[in-house]
Amino acid sequence: MRTLLASLCLVALPAHASLNVLTCEPEWEALVKEIGGDKVRVTSATTALQDPHRIEARPSLIARARSADLMVCTGAQLEIGWAPLLQSQSGNAKIQPGQAGYFEAASVVSLLERPTSVDRAQGDVHPAGNPHLHLDPRNIERVAAALIERMGSLDARERPNYEARGKAFLGRWQEARARWEKAAAPLKGMGVVVYHKNLTYLFSWLGMREVGTLEPKPGLPPSTAHLTGLLDQLKREPAKAVVRAAYNEPRAAEWLAERAQIPVVVLAFTVGGTDQAKDLFTLYDDSLARLLALTK
Amino acid sequence: MYRILLCAMALSMASAAKAQDTRGELEQLRQRVDELEKRAAAKPATNAFNPDISLILQGTAARSSHNPDDYQITGFAPAGAEIAPARRGFSLGESELFVTSNIDPYFRGQLVASFTPEDTLEVEEAFFQTLALGRGFTVKGGRFLSSIGYQNQIHQHAWDFQDAPLAYKAFLGGRLDDDAVQAKWLAPTELLLELGAEVGRGRAFPASDANRNGAGLWTLFGHVGGDVRDSGAWRAGASYVRASPRERGLGDVGETFSGRSALWILDAVYKWAPAGNASVTNLKLQAEYFRRTESGELALDTRRGDYSSRQSGWYGQAVYQFMPAWRVGYRYDRLGYGTASAAGFTQADLPVLLGAHNPTRNTVMLDWSPTEFSRIRLQLARDNSRAGVADNQMLVQYIFSLGAHGAHTF
Repeated sequence: MRTLLASLCLVALPAHASLNVLTCEPEWEALVKEIGGDKVRVTSATTALQDPHRIEARPSLIARARSADLMVCTGAQLEIGWAPLLQSQSGNAKIQPGQAGYFEAASVVSLLERPTSVDRAQGDVHPAGNPHLHLDPRNIERVAAALIERMGSLDARERPNYEARGKAFLGRWQEARARWEKAAAPLKGMGVVVYHKNLTYLFSWLGMREVGTLEPKPGLPPSTAHLTGLLDQLKREPAKAVVRAAYNEPRAAEWLAERAQIPVVVLAFTVGGTDQAKDLFTLYDDSLARLLALTK
Repeated sequence: MYRILLCAMALSMASAAKAQDTRGELEQLRQRVDELEKRAAAKPATNAFNPDISLILQGTAARSSHNPDDYQITGFAPAGAEIAPARRGFSLGESELFVTSNIDPYFRGQLVASFTPEDTLEVEEAFFQTLALGRGFTVKGGRFLSSIGYQNQIHQHAWDFQDAPLAYKAFLGGRLDDDAVQAKWLAPTELLLELGAEVGRGRAFPASDANRNGAGLWTLFGHVGGDVRDSGAWRAGASYVRASPRERGLGDVGETFSGRSALWILDAVYKWAPAGNASVTNLKLQAEYFRRTESGELALDTRRGDYSSRQSGWYGQAVYQFMPAWRVGYRYDRLGYGTASAAGFTQADLPVLLGAHNPTRNTVMLDWSPTEFSRIRLQLARDNSRAGVADNQMLVQYIFSLGAHGAHTF
């Protein structure tokens, strides 16, 4: 009861933080932390073990949206089932679409797999293109640059701070990217089966090939018929592994991997998805290490 | 020897020039691709300014051991088609058309029109809502599902069972959907704390549309909610509905009620999913308690008499998704007749209203939702709403959703 009262009385903004940020996914939480440091208070609406497509606008999220100065989401309809509700239920004018306090990462990135026609018979397709854009480090650079600008415009007092921290981050990031690209050379051309089309940007950056998906159509759960077909396909066109994100359920991947006699690789997908992926840098370090283990 | 060397040199120079050409071409191509990508990214979607439109198709095939046309909840009012179980045989449900959009930076609007199987068109919701008041305030106006209780503001196609809980039927005539104004405030706290009030026309039960200036119905509601670690989320609330009906028909033998009606609702819902990831398994528990007091005058033909009642009801339900796409659910309903008295009338005069009976119902369901846009449900119920009658009901229901991806409330 006392903790209940305490949390009721707690005003969401601690005294020292000047910007209160709610992000839709953990990768943007990590990026805002890199840029803002202790000048921002940032929380993510989802964890790495949750499917960002299937989140409900639950009470705690509405409460957090109420006090946010900035909401950072992926966009491209990834959060269409819940983010609009957070906005309309929050009573918060700042984070409405079109306001400076609402930022979509997809607005500064050119998306892959933009469908030329859209029909629900194709599954849960996103008309604007594939929204899982954060696993290409060049996209992180683009989003970071725009976010530094946005955070600076919302919080003029801390602008120099955001710019300095952001610049330092981008410097370290570009160094890391050069290192990753060099280390990942052996992955070029490697074919893998994925669960959902949520690793497309990573593979396109690394020059890897997606041989098939466990989902028969985007957003539909794997079916036995589809998996059997995939197994036949793998006999003609072998893949090195089945790769799934930490939030994808394990059974279908294990089923196929066992029969095709290839390993399953579980990638963090985003910050917090594995013990090693603690921030954006370690997310990429860890993901590459897990893929490179296949080449040994 | 020299000739061979010269030849080799000439060849290598030529191929170097060619390589440079190719590199130049590649560079040009890359620039063109970049430009195209930028142009494609800048191009807005064609329907960017059109509202989101979605359509719900529903239907049932039902059988019941007693005629739904005679349905009544003994001891309670109202009765009639609005609250009756699904019609026997094949029948179309309500087809709902949703049109919603932000109007400008300050308002959003929504229309929910319902095409009934009787070929009529009903306006279920048509309201505006403010976006820019800030400080946690929103104002809503028009016709909308009231925010009282938990299930009241959930649209029928998103219910976990085909029909409403008995308490909703008995105390709200199915649901409260008034022409009203709502003001709501969200506290700046970690825990959700929301307080609101509505003032409305009182166009239907528990009020009665009484051509008058001023309000026929008002409500107060408050909700708190939060998380239990990553895997659980809860919300609880209390609501109060006050109506002053005049000559409200009770649908029994033609008696009417004028007076005051006050309803309290307590609601609680808890949702659980492993690590908060609901895609494989998840559980939803939901319960609401209703308590109503009414006092005033009862009239039947030329007879009049004082009427007062104190009645209650509750339901509890659990819905469990045991594997992707498949859910099972159980619901228990109970109404408490409590006390009701009408001076000068006997149970023989008013068999429904004064029929001392505590209705109960047990309902189970199994549904299959291959995607979030389609659902097929089997539902079985044993309904003791009518005194001395056990009605066994069975139905198969389909719910399909076309068009824009709707966002569902918690």
